[in-house]
Amino acid sequence: MSTASPPAVGARPRFEPQIARRKLAGTSFLGACMAAIGLLLLALVLLLYDVITKGLPYIDLDFITGTPSRRPEQAGILPALVGSIEIGLMVGAISFPLGVAAAIYLEEYAANTLFNRILRTNISNLAGVPSIVYGIFGLALFARALQLGRSPIAAALTLALLIMPVVIIATMEALRSVPDSQREGAYALGATRWQMVRRSILPAAAPGIMTGIILAMARAIGEAAPIIVVGAASFVTFLPTPFQEGFTVLPIQVYQWASRPQDAFHGIAAAAILVLLVLMLLLNGLAIIVRARLSRHLQW
Amino acid sequence: MPSLLAPRQPAIGVTIAPLPPITPTLPVAERETVLRMHGVSCWYGSFRAVKDVSIDIGAREVTALIGPSGCGKTTLLRTLNRMNDLIPSYRTDGHIQFGGQDLYGPGVDPVAVRRRIGMVFQKPNPFPKSIYDNVAFGPRINGFKGNLDELVEQSLRRAALWNEVKDKLKQHGMALSGGQQQRLCIARTIAVEPEVILMDEPCSALDPRSTLQIEELMAELKRDYTIVIVTHNMQQAARASDRTVFLTMGEDRAGYVVEVDDTVKIFTNPRERLTEDYISGRFG
Ligand SMILES: Nc1ncnc2c1ncn2[C@@H]1O[C@H](COP(=O)(O)OP(=O)(O)O)[C@@H](O)[C@H]1O
Ligand SMILES: [Mg+2]
Repeated sequence: MSTASPPAVGARPRFEPQIARRKLAGTSFLGACMAAIGLLLLALVLLLYDVITKGLPYIDLDFITGTPSRRPEQAGILPALVGSIEIGLMVGAISFPLGVAAAIYLEEYAANTLFNRILRTNISNLAGVPSIVYGIFGLALFARALQLGRSPIAAALTLALLIMPVVIIATMEALRSVPDSQREGAYALGATRWQMVRRSILPAAAPGIMTGIILAMARAIGEAAPIIVVGAASFVTFLPTPFQEGFTVLPIQVYQWASRPQDAFHGIAAAAILVLLVLMLLLNGLAIIVRARLSRHLQW
Repeated sequence: MPSLLAPRQPAIGVTIAPLPPITPTLPVAERETVLRMHGVSCWYGSFRAVKDVSIDIGAREVTALIGPSGCGKTTLLRTLNRMNDLIPSYRTDGHIQFGGQDLYGPGVDPVAVRRRIGMVFQKPNPFPKSIYDNVAFGPRINGFKGNLDELVEQSLRRAALWNEVKDKLKQHGMALSGGQQQRLCIARTIAVEPEVILMDEPCSALDPRSTLQIEELMAELKRDYTIVIVTHNMQQAARASDRTVFLTMGEDRAGYVVEVDDTVKIFTNPRERLTEDYISGRFG
């Protein structure tokens, strides 16, 4: 303090605004951002162009409703499509209650103890574990120990485990985004903690929770590696049922066709990718609609 | 400060019926005490935010808590309905009696306390539900068995909101104006039929017109309810309250009560120099 000299009386503060230079910095940054976007868009467009030009000619009703065949022009994807949808729904049904319950506990009930902080950090870490590791775990636990075999339910349990960290984190974020004034408002009317959570916080957090779950389901549907480990077959000509062995899903069908040498198989692989993309788009669209509908009146 | 007690002059262009004159306050002996604080201190961990408060809150009166920012008004208010129990480091010392019972006694459930001692917050916090469901929220969670439609209407009427919303009960509470939202929060509070209503600067986020509406409402409500209000607005304390508690804080930043008296007395002839300085705007 004592060394700092007070500003000289009468000395005018001096600025060097250099507005042109500051604006140039801003313009350069904008340019860099747009270049990044452009590069990404280009890659995406090329990919889509490649898939569409190769795959579109093969898509017709027979392709959607047919079963795999050794002859590519007769092959269809119905078993894989049904497998993907069936497993996707089971993944949602399993991970929704478990993930939301865990998130509610961590966010609304658990005290801020060291143990709980470690727990939270580790859930985030689990989201980074390679999916193949979940596959190995699923094979050991669900397929073998619980004797579910190479069935869709074993695959669904494995994938549910895989997306659980994402569901939990998304739900916790959604719960955290509800301001404390909402919790206090419920408490001040004589609500118990559960009534507060159930009737005040959950409805307010619903858009975020639903979006998180739908996007996590989309991720599960796109996974191939863990399901291969659990035991998806590559040639399935019947429609899978949850508890019976023998099933496949779209990404595996794609992988299987794409690794054939014949060009026609590459074509139907591209067509299967298109079907998978449409499924993803539908789920993402659903997430957007749900979010918009549920959050129409939310404004804190 | 006689100017503070002058009959309210509506702001230009605003037509609001004048408040009935402040009811003459009964002598202390005839007052019925609802909440009695004795030697109450409020701690956040090792920090004492409020020190040794001993005051009585009279039934069907408006008691105003005034004092500089950070002197512990909110803390003291939230201690009265055990809202501060939700803060892990928080602790209350001393005794608070509510209707003759120890508010912090071993068998007392804060959930039960909060239905009987409701609270309106500084920033209106309606739930993201319809106007109807906002008011019905409290009755529903508290197992109300009567006619819900009737209760909702009655609560909205008492909160002076019914006429403005009766045709749009299905609309969202958050779509209302700030002043309407705050009256909705008051309706929501009285729908569970509390005995005491705590208000923490309920008008600080509102325009002058809505502020006057809430003040009129308080004058109406105190026929049935005991009201404790924290306010930064001296005119509001002078106009709308019967009793005034003036708090300030000492060297240790702990808030303490300087003076409690009838509002008329505090604003015309305070006992303490500190009080006079504060209400005349010389500090705080
Ligand atoms: N949750 C809390 N944890 C710790 N200290 C708090 C908390 N809330 C308030 N305080 C402290 O208690 C004192 C009184 O705060 P408050 O009751 O909000 O004052 P007022 O409402 O009179 O402005 C302040 O020093 C404030 O920093
Ligand atoms: Mg305050």
